[in-house]
Amino acid sequence: MSQDAKIRLDHVQKKYLGSKAPAVDSLTLEVPEGEILVLVGPSGCGKSTTLRLINRMIEPTGGRIFLDEEDVTTVDPDHLRRRIGYVIQQIGLFPHQTIAQNIATVPKMLKWDKARIAERVDELLSVVGLDPEVYRGRYPSELSGGQAQRVGVARALGADPEIMLMDEPFGAIDPITRDRLQNEFLRVQETLRKTIVFVTHDIDEAIKMGDRIAILGEQSHIRQIDTPERILAFPVDDFVRDFIGSGSTLKGLHFEIVDDNVELDPYPTMTVDSTAAEGLALARAAHADWVLLLDASHRPLRWVPVDELEAGGPVTAESGTEVLAKVSLGATLFQALEQMLVSSAAVACVVREDGSYHGVVRLTYLNRVIRQARREAREHYERLEAMA
Amino acid sequence: MWSVLDSTRDDHVDGIISWFDYIASRPDDILEATWAHAKITLTVIVVATVFSVLLGVFVQRRPALRAFALSVSGIFLTIPSLALFALFIPIVGTGNEPAMYALFLYAILPILRNTVTGLDSVPPAVVESAKGMGMGTLRQLARIRLPLAWPIIMAGIRISTLITVGIAAIAVLVGGDGLGTYIQSGLTRLGLPNSLESVWTGTAFTVLLGLVLDAALAGFQRVTTSKGLRM
Ligand SMILES: Nc1ncnc2c1ncn2[C@@H]1O[C@H](COP(=O)(O)OP(=O)(O)O)[C@@H](O)[C@H]1O
Ligand SMILES: [Mg+2]
Repeated sequence: MSQDAKIRLDHVQKKYLGSKAPAVDSLTLEVPEGEILVLVGPSGCGKSTTLRLINRMIEPTGGRIFLDEEDVTTVDPDHLRRRIGYVIQQIGLFPHQTIAQNIATVPKMLKWDKARIAERVDELLSVVGLDPEVYRGRYPSELSGGQAQRVGVARALGADPEIMLMDEPFGAIDPITRDRLQNEFLRVQETLRKTIVFVTHDIDEAIKMGDRIAILGEQSHIRQIDTPERILAFPVDDFVRDFIGSGSTLKGLHFEIVDDNVELDPYPTMTVDSTAAEGLALARAAHADWVLLLDASHRPLRWVPVDELEAGGPVTAESGTEVLAKVSLGATLFQALEQMLVSSAAVACVVREDGSYHGVVRLTYLNRVIRQARREAREHYERLEAMA
Repeated sequence: MWSVLDSTRDDHVDGIISWFDYIASRPDDILEATWAHAKITLTVIVVATVFSVLLGVFVQRRPALRAFALSVSGIFLTIPSLALFALFIPIVGTGNEPAMYALFLYAILPILRNTVTGLDSVPPAVVESAKGMGMGTLRQLARIRLPLAWPIIMAGIRISTLITVGIAAIAVLVGGDGLGTYIQSGLTRLGLPNSLESVWTGTAFTVLLGLVLDAALAGFQRVTTSKGLRM
């Protein structure tokens, strides 16, 4: 158990008055500083209860909760909550207050001076992508669902809390807006580096948002907690496998990056200066059905099929078919796979930043990467088991 | 005297002219009675509002107390007003006081009920987020719950005001003043000169006072309700 966790739950239990079984049973969990930990699990498994224990919206019936290694089970709950941002699915903006007043809620309670609050409000509106000039004087009833949730996030960030608790914050928003809000939130988080506990019942959202994911079963029992990559590569049991659902291999490709570290497959290439015969020789040597034609700057130009080369004649910028399937270095293997599916040569062409040819990704390569990820994840869990 | 049954157009016109004469000959007296009536009403409403809103806040989340408070204040409204007024004479003597106690009891229910309903109508998510940001119970009440319930509470206050203005006309029977004096003096002299004019004056100015107070409260409601709630 490391000593520098930002949030640490130690055998926390919550039994609601009048219910037989606890809603959260002996949960032990750590969140290091700057991490997004996603709690994901079926409805009613105790995610919201767990989250609400951290800012003491409800009181634990057992165990202890530490923030910055300070036991907060005994501090004044109102003061504690002013240090923690809290975003809920229904948002709960104050309808009788302007957007600016809503965002100023916590700074005002902390007695910031007026000028500082006004400056902070404008700054936060910009952070969440709303023009302060337009929105600060509006009322919540004048906002769309997506805008309201942006304000909800801005309000939670009000006094710059180090910790954010988010309970299905994008759950009630249409899929397109949700996707955009998720992306924007991740971008904001890159600079803010808050410590975040994020609750969702949507495994895809968990995979997208989480640095780590805790998959919870009944009573908030942790079934698996790890990075999304490793959970996708190696679900520890049937519960987790069922919860992830089909397509976990494909989802895992989102986490594999095409970069300089990866040894890409070579492919026969020729330039417009070379002759058909030279190209044909290269293709034959590589047992390839196509040759990749590059332009003078070494950028992929055309896929030229072997039979066209056999026919002889000049190789020009009109030979063969256009190179549609290009991905840049830094793209994910998922994007590479999408490109491969539309490519005439069934490979994705990887280009450098300046557009010049770098290599290709083939199906066999994907296969190799996936198997390697699985092997590494399995070995990781075997090591953990051996240590236990 | 003019009656509905055997009256002609001219009789009506004569009646109205004679009523206007009646009013014109004693404007100060009428205004004084109206003012006395308004004072009784406003005192009762201010006290009843403070009492009922506090009571409403206290009982809203306490089901047993809430049911009890609402039914007791409902029972008050079923007691005939004259009886209720007279009930207070042994305790506080005659004059405006017994009337005001009785009127206070009548005014409770609409304000209490609307306070409770108004607080019920505050979305739970709003209270949850207020609490989640570190607002204490009192701050939640003063900054969030009461302001959101306010339009509904104001509607209750306006109903209570109208009820009080009307029933306050009976205060005269327990020795109080107000516009009821015109109605009473007219009724006891029925058939004599100016008796109907007196009843008319009492009634008309009571209605007028009710309308004016309601309009004033409507204005007050407008300026005290957030623009965000009016959209
Ligand atoms: N205030 C409460 N009183 C009693 N039981 C509750 C309360 N809140 C939640 N529960 C119960 O606790 C369990 C976990 O609920 P919750 O934490 O809301 O789950 P989740 O957020 O994962 O859907 C459920 O069985 C729910 O019925
Ligand atoms: Mg929940």
